[in-house]
Amino acid sequence: MFDALTERLGGVFDKLTGRGVLSEKDVDAALREIRVALLEADVALPVVKDVVAKIRERAVGEDVIRAVAPGQQVVKIVHDALVDLLGGEGEQPGLMVEGEPPVAILMAGLQGSGKTTTSAKLAKRLQDVHKKKVLLASLDTRRPAAMEQLQQLAGQVGVGFLPIMANQRAVDIAKRAMNAGKLQGYDVVILDTAGRTSIDEDMMAEAKSIADVTRPRETLLVADALTGQDAVETAKRFHERLPLTGLVLTRMDGDGRGGAALSMRHVTGLPIKFLGVSEKPDGLDAFDAKRLAGRILGRGDIVSLVEKA
Amino acid sequence: KRSSTQLGDSVTAIFTKRKLDAAALEELEDALIAADLGAPAAARVTERLARDRFDREVTDEEVRAALADVVSETLMPLQCDLDVTGMSPQVVVFVGVNGSGKTTTLGKIAVKLKREGRNPLLAAGDTFRAAAIEQVSVWGERAGAPVIKREIGADAAGLAFDALETAERDGHDVVLIDTAGRLQNKAELMDELRKVIRVIKKKMPEAPHHVVLVLDGTVGSNAVSQAEAFLEAANVTGVVMTKLDGTAKGGALVQVAEKFRLPIHYIGIGEGEEDLQPFSARDFSRALAGLED
Ligand SMILES: Nc1nc2c(ncn2[C@@H]2O[C@H](COP(=O)(O)OP(=O)(O)OP(=O)(O)O)[C@@H](O)[C@H]2O)c(=O)[nH]1
Ligand SMILES: Nc1nc2c(ncn2[C@@H]2O[C@H](COP(=O)(O)OP(=O)(O)OP(=O)(O)O)[C@@H](O)[C@H]2O)c(=O)[nH]1
Ligand SMILES: [Mg+2]
Ligand SMILES: [Mg+2]
Repeated sequence: MFDALTERLGGVFDKLTGRGVLSEKDVDAALREIRVALLEADVALPVVKDVVAKIRERAVGEDVIRAVAPGQQVVKIVHDALVDLLGGEGEQPGLMVEGEPPVAILMAGLQGSGKTTTSAKLAKRLQDVHKKKVLLASLDTRRPAAMEQLQQLAGQVGVGFLPIMANQRAVDIAKRAMNAGKLQGYDVVILDTAGRTSIDEDMMAEAKSIADVTRPRETLLVADALTGQDAVETAKRFHERLPLTGLVLTRMDGDGRGGAALSMRHVTGLPIKFLGVSEKPDGLDAFDAKRLAGRILGRGDIVSLVEKA
Repeated sequence: KRSSTQLGDSVTAIFTKRKLDAAALEELEDALIAADLGAPAAARVTERLARDRFDREVTDEEVRAALADVVSETLMPLQCDLDVTGMSPQVVVFVGVNGSGKTTTLGKIAVKLKREGRNPLLAAGDTFRAAAIEQVSVWGERAGAPVIKREIGADAAGLAFDALETAERDGHDVVLIDTAGRLQNKAELMDELRKVIRVIKKKMPEAPHHVVLVLDGTVGSNAVSQAEAFLEAANVTGVVMTKLDGTAKGGALVQVAEKFRLPIHYIGIGEGEEDLQPFSARDFSRALAGLED
């Protein structure tokens, strides 16, 4: 699995070692291998097609550095293209929490994607790093014990928690949360919502009305990094309905290659704000385009090798 | 079934009154890849289609049916009930990565068993995640079945042991054991799961009778790595795929089926008690191909 692309390209370029410029034919052969490698990393097909087209533009006529095998050279081209597509090296999108308090952050996504856990992680970060006073509120009226889950997590990280009231609708809980936030001097109110599929019309409408009444500064789509081809459809549909401002990819501590992150970033244009890297409240990493690109390609060291050459 | 309309649409677009030539086959292969079948399986399915139909005029309907047949051929032998009719108590352990739907599936099965006149006992074996115990408890209430629990942080293997003792003592005929979600690359957590299985065996050598791997329907190629690792650590005996009520098509199940030949018991199609269907190779394959029933 690892080094997949380099190996594949090695086969294509073995005969070429020592030559100068990549011809269209060489590039075609290489692009077929790149396509397969990206699909293996779970990048969604429409995104793969776009990426391959971009890489073709860059690769044709490219000078091959003679000291290195052309395969490695092409991997570098692919890597750089992926870094660009992921927002570039400089991108370090933090959370937007400035504005008149309480500022709302709305969490949305499919069932089980990691919204509740990520809500607690963000609360901890805002409290520890940004010195904000944070209130966590569960708007999940559906999943058994969802509210208790967030309550326990709020206790663990030591932030405020909106008391549970039975039989309140999600939108009303949202209003109550914003009200409590205002009266009790909170800087940030994080609104955790129930998981929903993007074709559940009632639930998507509910999410929309929650956003309408709370006017969140951030609306984050929380998605599983192990997602396959569905990444594109889900990201698109949530983006259509909600005022999304960013993405969080969870379970990056798994052994998936993380292609879903590229797919979602590419179809929404939204920044990837954080990566979830454990079940614990401190398991939240800042996003790094270069690292993710290396991971999607199955390796990182080849790039530095080429840079030295 | 809704999940497949997209693939259905793309097949329609490709094949309405058209020759099944190389270009058409390539587009079909793409549609299969977009359903998470993975490139190699998609290529194999397409090849099979091409073998006897290449360059003929085919209708959309023909192509879909043939496609469903090819996929169904792989899945049909794996369609298999979760059979808990053997010697009492039958022990079923639910395993899988975080958030895949283990607890919900366990709950749905408890409800179903209870309705069939069985007497299941639930074990809240996820002693790690916040409110995991409370979540199983709610499902216990829904099913009208007792739940064995300990405090958060307690030893999961010890709790499984307790559950078996209680089942024997109180005459429960099925024990459904929940486990914490764990990513398959975490050695320590996989060892903990091995220990749960070991302790169950110590108490009851023929148990667990079933170890059910719960796969998330939105998962991509990682499903294969999940199946491999949970097979190795816990001797998985069957699979359930959840969340097929969304836009994901669940084609990763075909990848897993091809590779490990694991029985497939159920699919999850929602969060409610009723949203569990026996796995039907025919229906799944037809849905994947965009055929309505
Ligand atoms: N390994 C790992 N597990 C995670 C991560 N984020 C969340 N989880 C786990 O994933 C599972 C689901 O997380 P939740 O936070 O409950 O997900 P959710 O989106 O709130 O789920 P619903 O409310 O049911 O839709 C739990 O077992 C979490 O511990 C992560 O970054 N890494
Ligand atoms: N739409 C849909 N949601 C489902 C299905 N099965 C489970 N869910 C939801 O997915 C989320 C996670 O389900 P759980 O049963 O808690 O998953 P789990 O594997 O026990 O999670 P952890 O114990 O945290 O690892 C919950 O919101 C469930 O309601 C299904 O078939 N369809
Ligand atoms: Mg939640
Ligand atoms: Mg669970």
